[in-house]
Amino acid sequence: MTEGVQVAGLYVRDQDEALEFYVGKLGFEVHTDARNGDYRWLTVQYPGQSGFQLGLFKPQVPIVDEATSQTLNEVVAKGAMPPLVLVVEDCRKTYEQMRARGVEFTQEPTERYGNIDAGFRDPSGNGWKMLQAGHAT
Amino acid sequence: MNAAMSHPIRKDPLMLRRLLRAKDRMDGAPDEQWPISRLGRISGISEAHFARAFREAFGIPPHRYLLTRRVERAKALLRDTDHSITEIAFAVGWNSLGTFTRTFRDVTGQSPSQLRQSQQALVHAFEHVPHCFVSAAHRPDLKIAVSEKRRIETRGTNATEAKEVS
Repeated sequence: MTEGVQVAGLYVRDQDEALEFYVGKLGFEVHTDARNGDYRWLTVQYPGQSGFQLGLFKPQVPIVDEATSQTLNEVVAKGAMPPLVLVVEDCRKTYEQMRARGVEFTQEPTERYGNIDAGFRDPSGNGWKMLQAGHAT
Repeated sequence: MNAAMSHPIRKDPLMLRRLLRAKDRMDGAPDEQWPISRLGRISGISEAHFARAFREAFGIPPHRYLLTRRVERAKALLRDTDHSITEIAFAVGWNSLGTFTRTFRDVTGQSPSQLRQSQQALVHAFEHVPHCFVSAAHRPDLKIAVSEKRRIETRGTNATEAKEVS
């Protein structure tokens, strides 16, 4: 595929902490980690999903001004950023694995309309749904 | 006007993140009892400061927020199950059918049975949107206390006041 979405980013308060979470706890792999002074372009990929990178970006000067950076960190910490969805084959199994690694779940696996979903947050406050589609018993 | 009002405080994202944790916990189990002491412990914020900090962060007092979640869950159960209204009242955290029915009507403008009839008649237009996001979008927008809403709607009558359920 030559066209499509390649990178979509999240705002995170601390990129080291985000890296530890997405790679260490969720099992993503680092795609690019490039620094230029204080700026750090950091993207990760879900194993096997090579066409898409999730950016873990810090709202920082000079990309945004200091006050805006503060506001964005607040907005993320309040859980007000848009939904993220991670599709998995076995929601309950992945839930147990992630929980054992210390992922903060906001909702246990719940079956509805033939799907199973669970909810978790990253350390900054970004909220994820973990979705297992159409395998409910 | 004090300094905090004239100059918005820069809020510590780490503290907001801890407040979010308390909000998430209410979201996860709105049927449970959530005294401020419990919420404060989850957030690591003193009981004396929690309610104000929560309101400043999320624009709504914690117990009113809880009420919106209970009503939201009740609406979903009315729509998606055949459970009796009494069963639903208890399942979402009320301990009296009368209080549930009254609060529900005050918040949504419909009685539980009216809402059940109208919701079940709706075509399910959101089948490709994950359910949790649909219900969040339909969450009751409770800008004032239920007791206040009731007072406005019954002004001039002799309606008795009911304390907001916490």
